[in-house]
This record gives sequence, structure tokens and C-alpha cells, in this order.
Amino acid sequence: MEIVDPKSRSKRTRKGVKLEQKYTHPLQFFHTPPTDTISLQEFEEYAVERLKVLKALDTAGVRHVRGSDKYNELVEKEIKKTKFGPILRTDRRDDEFLQRLDHISHFILRLAYCRSEELRRWFLQQELELLRLRFQRESPESRQDFLRENNLNYSPISEDDKRDITPELIAASGRNTSQAHTQEYFKVPFVEVLDLISKRKVFLSDGFAYVPREDMISILLTHYRAHLSHSLAVTCRALPHLEEDDRLLPMVCGLSKRYVGKDYTSKKTNVGQITADMVEMLSKQSFPMCMQQLHESMKRDHHLRHGGRQQYGLFLKGIGLSLEEAMTFWRKEFTKLIDGDKFDKNYSYNIRHNYGKEGKRANYTPYSCMKVIMSNAPGQGDYHGCPFKHCDEALLAQKLRGQSLSKEHIDKIMTEVKGGHYGVACTKHFLAKHGGVEEQDINSINHPNQYFEESQRILRGDKKESLKPVPNTPRSQYSSSPSQGTPKSQKIPESQGTPGGQMSGIEEMEEDDDLMMSLDC
Amino acid sequence: MGDKSDSGYDPASLPDLLPMYYRKLFPYGPYFRWLNYGGAPKSYFTNREFSFTLKDDVYIRYQSFSDKQEMEKEIQKRCPYKIDIGAVFSHRPKDHKTVKAAAFQAQEKELVFDIDMTDYDDVRSCCSGADICNLCWPLMQIAIKIIDRALRDDFGFKHMLWVYSGRRGVHCWVCDEVARKLSAQGRTAIAEYLSVVKGGEQQTKKVTLDDPIHPSIRQSIDIVRQHFHDYSIKKQDFLGDEEKQKKVLALVPDDVLRKTLEGDFEMGSNSGNWWAIIEKREKDCVSKGSFKASHHIVEEIMLQYCYPRLDVNVSKGVNHLLKSPFCIHPKTGRVCVPIDIEHVEDFDPMAVPTISQILDELNQTSAAAADDSGKKVKDYKKTSMGEYLRIFDKFLKGLESTWSGKILKQSDENREF
Ligand code: SF4
Ligand SMILES: [Zn+2]
Repeated sequence: MEIVDPKSRSKRTRKGVKLEQKYTHPLQFFHTPPTDTISLQEFEEYAVERLKVLKALDTAGVRHVRGSDKYNELVEKEIKKTKFGPILRTDRRDDEFLQRLDHISHFILRLAYCRSEELRRWFLQQELELLRLRFQRESPESRQDFLRENNLNYSPISEDDKRDITPELIAASGRNTSQAHTQEYFKVPFVEVLDLISKRKVFLSDGFAYVPREDMISILLTHYRAHLSHSLAVTCRALPHLEEDDRLLPMVCGLSKRYVGKDYTSKKTNVGQITADMVEMLSKQSFPMCMQQLHESMKRDHHLRHGGRQQYGLFLKGIGLSLEEAMTFWRKEFTKLIDGDKFDKNYSYNIRHNYGKEGKRANYTPYSCMKVIMSNAPGQGDYHGCPFKHCDEALLAQKLRGQSLSKEHIDKIMTEVKGGHYGVACTKHFLAKHGGVEEQDINSINHPNQYFEESQRILRGDKKESLKPVPNTPRSQYSSSPSQGTPKSQKIPESQGTPGGQMSGIEEMEEDDDLMMSLDC
Repeated sequence: MGDKSDSGYDPASLPDLLPMYYRKLFPYGPYFRWLNYGGAPKSYFTNREFSFTLKDDVYIRYQSFSDKQEMEKEIQKRCPYKIDIGAVFSHRPKDHKTVKAAAFQAQEKELVFDIDMTDYDDVRSCCSGADICNLCWPLMQIAIKIIDRALRDDFGFKHMLWVYSGRRGVHCWVCDEVARKLSAQGRTAIAEYLSVVKGGEQQTKKVTLDDPIHPSIRQSIDIVRQHFHDYSIKKQDFLGDEEKQKKVLALVPDDVLRKTLEGDFEMGSNSGNWWAIIEKREKDCVSKGSFKASHHIVEEIMLQYCYPRLDVNVSKGVNHLLKSPFCIHPKTGRVCVPIDIEHVEDFDPMAVPTISQILDELNQTSAAAADDSGKKVKDYKKTSMGEYLRIFDKFLKGLESTWSGKILKQSDENREF
């Protein structure tokens, strides 16, 4: 893509060849970057328009069940307000402007959102949802065309073959329907439909998945996810070169910062104000449920498993616990069970790692609610996760009663939990805990560290902090800011370090190029 | 288990025994045949990461070897307490410092699974933590059968190597080419597909089944059913007292049924007839259509108690390291030996030889066979490791049949250059 600065008239060319862009289908897989010449002003404007669309999808997904009428209604309403307005209509076949907008804006946002795991995760998820939404609105012929264009078309299995496996096909669909008799089925290698595999929503035999026509979009999404996830990782690695372009960088950074909000990496001013022995008191006062739970189970067991140490450790870092204080804090609890030597050997590497002092020296950021809720679900022995999602309802209600909340408050919280609105439940929990605070006094919760800061602010009696959210969207994203989320120095991990027990954790952290999420969370 | 008392192994002697083990008994030949994958491409072995855990938990990553001889030499020099196998990288791991970090990428690895008995602590009453015994080991048998069946029948994989981890669990290495080439997403999807017991400490009911039940889960249930009477009822006596009954009843989401069962339990006298009561009551409810929430309470309980609990984080990443077969477990002294998938029931973890045992055996046979002329027999074949090497050999033969064709094809392609 070529960018022309109207003021200086100087041209920046990164790709020498300029091709006439031809759009063969209203949907795109975004394989080739645009080669158009655009002005800096357009550059920003296009990106902002696409962001509004992605933001709308995110917001609607939080409020309503994806694919429900209410969800579609909200999405349509919001998208209509943008330059992408006609995108969900099917009669805009030859809208050259729209296709160019679509194409260019996608690539700009790739630049802006490739810079940290959290940003990539968010971008990938919204882009996948956008493609899903658009694909489903295409006519059957157009869908077929698009699949064919991307070499993803298969032919249906014969009626005879189908008859042999009909009972399995019905059982695998998870629905008690007789649709299997009338549906067309396609036999595809299982790696083509990974999201159906991970949800166990397809019949698998001998390496092949038998996919009903209505689920064939899964093939598309699997390919798109792999393609986009890979491209984002590649772009991220290539970014240092781009950073030499002095005008693009601030704008690209601005784009993700402007719409993503705070990242809660501990600010310099914060660090040192919180000491290890203040944590106990603060946990009662200002911690969200997830962190209270981790704190309590650690106090009880003098131990936390890896997932818990990550979630809790980064949160504590975010509220201002310095590395030294963090060491003191963990050491004090853990050495009630193991000796100091063992602690140093097994855990201190991990703690320093989180503070960017080991391994690839990335400055890791605290987990947002989205990350807590959607990735790395707790397993046997784990206490991390979000209690609103990962706790038995009865147990959750009991915990809430334990905090002496009124029945009315508890009922309100539980209603949101049942509806799957964990952020809203958490906001209600915040209100219940902070008497006299009204809904409009706080920003709704989407980050554990935001919960903490809002609470501290209220206890100090300060006014609500405006988060500069996108117009019309009540919820802003908390995530790593670009300058901090990406490892700065590409130092290769030391070859001496952690003993075997800790290995799994480090691998996991270093392997965040490839993302995997379920679209239906 | 694992004490000197029942296996003749003393952990303090490990530093003295390891050099001998690595010199005389470690099966370098078959081991290399495996990891070399027929030498196509050649870099498959040279770019493989190994990591060593040495004495005092000193841990060194990014080891790699240019051939079998170098591997042998290095292992004998270092005498690692533990060897882990990692991914095949874009470059030789030992050169990783000379390569740009961004260019140094994990490219392929076997798809691996790790099943650990400690993850079953809430559903076994005989031991906890790292301990295992004959009463809970059937959990591993069930796990192996279920996972192996799904990998074979559902995913079409053929080359699974099952290995005893030396203490309290099992590992699975899926070595098919498709499996080795899987992306992190692909690995995650398979691990999710195979995960049925879900949720952390804050969630009591960890299995909820769709209706109708997925065909793959049906097969798993059938496998559990074959073991359920002997394992859950006889060995574990899982409804044997009030506390145990409470735990099971907590998994019944239907209030009416739970109340009924509480009353019923006054009557029975052992796990067998209590379980029969649950099964009968559930059947009655289903036939009357009086359930709202779930139709599969009996199956859900069975799975929560018996379904394999995978450590999915081990499986997800291409880059994740896993303990190598034929290591010695430092605490128990036992060799991490392959398990014959066709005779899972016959595998007895307590009978797996320890390092001291096989070294003794070797001493005795070499003394006896000192004047024996004739062709050279590999040392490990003279010990009780031999039978496990035969299992490994069977696995290797299967694997080799897949690449013999491929090597020919490759050399054809090479001729063009
Ligand atoms: S909603 Fe967020 S802050 Fe609240 S408990 Fe869940 S993860 Fe924690
Ligand atoms: Zn036991």
C-alpha cells in the first residue's frame, strides 16, 4: 500500500509493484495487501470506520447471544451508522468503494492490532465474526462461488454413503432432528473444520469429518483463522522495520490505543505504593471475585497452580506491587509449605518472568476479563478463572451470601450469571459491595484491574474517570497497549533456568502466536 | 510405592547407577530409529530439541545432536536425571543463539498427551497425590483405551506410542505425519474434543452431556461400562459410605430425583446395590419424561469418575516439552517403558523394572554368559527391559512401513536437482 501525505507530497513506497486491484467477490480473504495509493487522512478514516464495525460486533456479542434476533438487530443498527453501512446488504455487488474500504481498512488494522497477544486475540475474534456474518447473508450461489474461489469446495457424499451413517450424523449434531435425512453432507479432512472438532459438533471417522451443508462455514473460518493468525504473527515480527516510518507508527499506535483503552500495566507512579502486607486488606476492600478467590485459596493451601499464579500475579503487578514486593508476597505464603530453597528454584523464575526479567523479557500485562473468561479454563486443582462463569451457581450464591450482600443484590447478580452476562454480573457485584454507588457512577467492568481502580477511586471519593470510549459503545476494551505488549528486546531465553515443573507455563506464554478460541463464547 | 522397601531401589544411588545405565542399557539404536523418522528429511533429527535435567535441578534446554553417535556421547557425558523431547525447529536448537529469535521457530512435533493420576484425587479413595496402587491404576487403563480408540477410529491416527511415566501416569506420543504437522490450533481442537471432564475446584458437576450423546462419547461410555463394576464398585467402593454418597448425589441436578435417592440410600448396603438403585430411578424418570435438565445422569456420573483427565496445556503447543521414553524416574527408579496397547490390562506399573534391578540382571547375565561366544546380543535384551523393547520395536515397525514408500519418492525428487 502506498501512502501519500498530501502536505509534503512525498511518497513512501514499500511495495514497488503496483497492480490494478480486482475484486472478484464481495467477500475477501485478504490474502494480498492493497496496492492503492491513499492519503494519510484516508488511512486513518478507513481504519476508524472498520473499528466501529468491529466494536459493534464486540458490544453486541457481550449483550446478546450471537446470532439471536436482538444481536442481529443491534449489529445492523450500529453498522448502518458507518461507511460500511451497505455491507450487510446483498444488492451491493459492484460497490467498488466499499470493497476498497474493506480491503484497505483491514490491512491497516492488522498493523495496529498485531502488536500484542491481547490485541491480536480481539481483532481476530471480531474479524472472524464479521466474515461469518457476511458469509451467511450471501446467496447460496455466492457462498459456493466464494468457497470455490478459495479452493474450499467439496462435493457432497452420496445418499448411499449417507444412509450407512445416518444415526451417527444425527447424534453428532447434538440436536434431536431428522434434518440429517434431507441435508447434504460433505466429507472433509478433520483439520479443515477445527472449530466443529473442538466443540465436538460433527461426526468424525477415520480422520474425516462429515459436515452438513449448514456447517460448511466452519471450513471457511478454520482457514481464515489460520491465515489471519499467521499473518498477524508475521506482521508483528516485521513491525520493527515499519517503525522506521516515522509518521505511520504514531498513527497505528493511536488506533489501537484510542479504541482499546487502558492496559493496566503498572504505571511508574503506582509501583511501590502497594506493599506485600497491604494485599490482605486490599483483597477484602477492592478485589473482584476472581482475585478474592485466588487470594483465599492461596492463603488456605499456601500454594497456587500455574494458571492461578499467572492470573493473580499479573493482577497484583497491575495494582502496583513491585517485583521485590511480589517476591516477598509469594515467598511468605509458599514457604509455609515448602522451604525457601525450593521456592527459589521453582517459582522465582516465573515471577521474574512476569515482570519481564527472564525469558524473552516481555512486559506481560494483566489479564482482561475476556482473557480470563475465554481462555485457559480452570481444570482439576485450579482456582483461577471467573467465578461468574467457572463456579457452580449454588456455590457462587453461597460465596455472595458470605460477603453479606443482600438477597436482592444476590438475585440480581445471579440473574445475569444465568444469562451468561458475566461482566454485567461483576458490575452488579461491584455496586452491591460499594453501597450508595449508582450504575452511572462507574464504567462497567471488563478488567479485574479496572474493578480494583474503580473501587479505590470510590473509596477515595474521586470522580468517575472518563475512558474515552467509542461513541455509542458503552464498553471499552482493556488490553495491552502496543508499546508495552510486544516484547521489546528479542533476547533469546537463557538456556539455564527453570526446573521441569515450571516448564509448561513458560511454553504456554511464549507460544502466543497461535490463537484458538471458540466463536460462541 | 517407590520406596526401597518394595522395589529395591534407593534414590540416593541414582548418581552412581545412571552412568552405567546410559552406557550399557539405554536403547540408543531403536530410540534413534524412532526420532530419525527414516531420515526424511535429514534435519528432522538434527533440528530436534532435547533438554536435560541434571543433578540439583539444573536444567538445560536447546540441546541437539547431529547424529546418533553425538547423541550417545552427549547423554553419556551428562548423565541427565531426565531427558525431555521438544519440537523440531527451523534451525538446530544448539545454534539458537546465532539465529534471529523471530526466525527460530518450532515447526513440528508429535501430538502428545499427558495423563496424571494426581488429577483424579477427588474421585479415588485409595491414594492421593503421586501415589498409585492396584485399586486406582484401572483409571489409567480406561484412559489409555478411550484416548487410543478415539485417536484411531475418529482421527484416523495409527502410530500411538504409549509410555508409562515412571511414577503416576502415562504419556501418549502420536507419531503419524498428520499429527506431527498439526498447528497449535489443531492440537487444541483435538484436546478439546477429547476433554469431557471440565471445570476447576469451584465446580462440582464436571460432566454435562449433550442430548443426543455424540457417537464418540458413546464409545467412551461403553469402555467405561466394561470397567465400571470391577473398578468403581468393587475396587473403589465409590458409594461405600455417607460421605461418598453425598459426593455422588451432588452430581444429580434434578432436585426431585436427588431427594428420592437420599431416601432410597437408607436401604441399600453396598456400592453395588446403591448404584443399581440410581440406575433404576434414572430409567424411571427418563421413561416418564420427568427430567428437564439432563437425560444422562448415570452416564455423567460414570464419566466424572472414570473419564480420562488430560492436561490439555501439554497437548496444545507445538513447542511443549515432554519427558522422553526410557528415562529413569528419579524418585521411583523405574524406567519409562512403552505400554502394549493390545495388552493394556496386563501392564502392571508395580512390575516395571527399576534401574537397580536391570543393572543387577545385567551383571548376573554377563557373569553367566562370560564364556558364551556367538553373535552379540544387545545388553538390554538380557534384562527385563527386553520385553518392553519388543513393544517398542513393534511400534517402530509400524512406523517404518509408512516411510519406506516416502523415502523412495523423496530420492526421486532429489534427482531432479
Ligand atoms: S468479570 Fe472480570 S473482574 Fe469480575 S470476576 Fe470475572 S474476571 Fe474477575
Ligand atoms: Zn490407589
